[in-house]
Amino acid sequence: MRRFLVSLIGIFMSLPVLAAGGGDTVLKQGDWSFSGPFGHFDKASMQRGFQVYREVCSGCHSLKYMAFRNLADLGYSEAEIKAIAAEYDIQDGPNDEGEMFTRPGIPADRIPSPYPNDNAARAANNGAYPPDLSLIYKARPNGADYLYSLLTSYDEAPSGTQVPEGMYYNAAYSGHMIAMPQPLYGDDVTYADGSDSSIDGHAKDLVNFLAWTAEPFLETRKRTGVAVITFLILLVGVSYGAMKFIWSDVKKA
Amino acid sequence: MESKEFKNPVVSWIDHRLPIFSFLDHEANEYPTPKNLNYFWNFGSLAGIALVIMIVTGIALAMSYTAHTDYAFDSVERIMRDVNHGWLIRYIHMNGASFFFIVVFIHIFRGLYYGSYKAPRELLWMLGVLILLLMMATAFMGYVLPWGQMSFWGATVITNLFSAIPLVGENIVTWLWGGFSVDNPTLNRFFALHYLLPFVIVGVVVLHLVALHRFGSNNPLGIDTRGPQDTLPFHPYYTIKDFFGLSVFLTFFAAAVFFVPNMMGHPDNYIPANALQTPAHIVPEWYFLPFYAILRAVPDKLGGVLAMFGAIAVLFVLPWLDRSPIRSARFRPMFKIFFWLLFIDCLVLGYIGAMPAEGVYVLIGRLATIWYFVHFLIILPVLSVVETPRPLPQSISKPIFNAAGGGLAGAMSAPKEKVE
Repeated sequence: MRRFLVSLIGIFMSLPVLAAGGGDTVLKQGDWSFSGPFGHFDKASMQRGFQVYREVCSGCHSLKYMAFRNLADLGYSEAEIKAIAAEYDIQDGPNDEGEMFTRPGIPADRIPSPYPNDNAARAANNGAYPPDLSLIYKARPNGADYLYSLLTSYDEAPSGTQVPEGMYYNAAYSGHMIAMPQPLYGDDVTYADGSDSSIDGHAKDLVNFLAWTAEPFLETRKRTGVAVITFLILLVGVSYGAMKFIWSDVKKA
Repeated sequence: MESKEFKNPVVSWIDHRLPIFSFLDHEANEYPTPKNLNYFWNFGSLAGIALVIMIVTGIALAMSYTAHTDYAFDSVERIMRDVNHGWLIRYIHMNGASFFFIVVFIHIFRGLYYGSYKAPRELLWMLGVLILLLMMATAFMGYVLPWGQMSFWGATVITNLFSAIPLVGENIVTWLWGGFSVDNPTLNRFFALHYLLPFVIVGVVVLHLVALHRFGSNNPLGIDTRGPQDTLPFHPYYTIKDFFGLSVFLTFFAAAVFFVPNMMGHPDNYIPANALQTPAHIVPEWYFLPFYAILRAVPDKLGGVLAMFGAIAVLFVLPWLDRSPIRSARFRPMFKIFFWLLFIDCLVLGYIGAMPAEGVYVLIGRLATIWYFVHFLIILPVLSVVETPRPLPQSISKPIFNAAGGGLAGAMSAPKEKVE
């Protein structure tokens, strides 16, 4: 019966591979600070990633589950968050006269979307809907490596491959034809801290940022997990000892 | 039930009128349990605890969930981001479903290996199969609630199965949906039923326990207990053993919840449901994969649906398919081999269920499906007749074999005696 358990664990371990599904792509491997049981976010990189989002991605992609107040996780102070929020115009209302009005953003506001609705987003993008990015890291198999690869794998199509009108060649995208034009080229934004602003640096910062938007409690979760598992391992030891003690008067059959 | 004297006068007073303390003392304290149960007997109590974990976290989630197609996905994200410890409660519930099935599958295979379904425990076994069916229905409807892509398309595929029923199939599907596609009425009723069914499961679990306590647990030797020398009171011996098992289970469970909470889920379910965009591969949750493989193995819709439900139905009648009076596989050399073949067959079916239905996978899936039914419908009845079982021990406390085949116990103990 022991083999039974071993096989069960075996299947259990192979599940993510099964779930990942087929693909005609090979992903580049990144070295992510948030992976592993002791993973943590790189706040400086996330702030740069947020800058890339604001100056590049946010032209088409929304981030609708994030509020400005959440930016505190990136290390911004309350005053900085208020200042960032105030740079955005938020539609509010109706007021006492029944009119909608525009006011500067406050920390409690969600980050506004670039388009008023899905149809407007499609109309502006050749019929292809630019997905919301809040959950994109969790919504793709192997999210971090996938996003990193996607952002850095735009290329000339190999000879003989026809790229349809309005499509672009991307080696990391399933089927290689993607409707999103190449978003990053390197030096797209100017980093205040002088960090690597190559396409690689931009992509990595953005992945760090998007991993956080998808899983804002990742650090808390892992930290709690280490404590819980430590406790449980002790409990396993204590309960095993208690069991052996209680069973010590039973004659082995 | 004889009433018992309790030291505490209040307890005594209550017990005289409402013998709940006598009942608990009888069924949970002194309840005689075979002394030779191995760790595979931990999984029954683990399943009960998993059910409680699911109900408690589920009620907490229901307080913040909105069962409406326009808000369901957002409300789940709100739980994950803005509800205090919502991420923890939801990840426990999400992974709890998988762990519940892991525990129950081990529990079922233990029953198959040690013949726990045989007389006089047939009804106990059938109630267990009923619990499995209810669990599958509950899990399926629960997976629809976050209203992601897999929720929507899984619901569409599975509810469409009922259209295979001749004549009234299409009407039944429309009735299930409450409309002409999976939509808001479907989500609403799935939420209502997902909340209801766990309590139905609790009811059947109570019956399962009543049936269990009628004759007590089976044991690895598969022979009846012959008296007090074969048994131990449930408390403290099995309460502490179950507690130890629980702490091990919780360690694995916590590792999944805290470190790989999305491992057993599908990334597509973090994409909001979209009726206009079908995912490349619609894959059910892993615990349905063997049944999904059986469904797809039959090249006819009605046949596939019948085969899938038949895979559960054969379990209902299993006590009458396996007529061998010997329970435990330890004393059934041929049955033991076929048990492991069935186990591998179920793993193969699970793997095939996750693969696209094309090429060699179709063939393997069909062979594995045929083997599944051959095992239950042909091999088990035939084995009951042709197999020569090994000699059974006289009793649990004296595992001495009647015939010459059982020299193992003596051989093992001989050198030890010399040392002493």
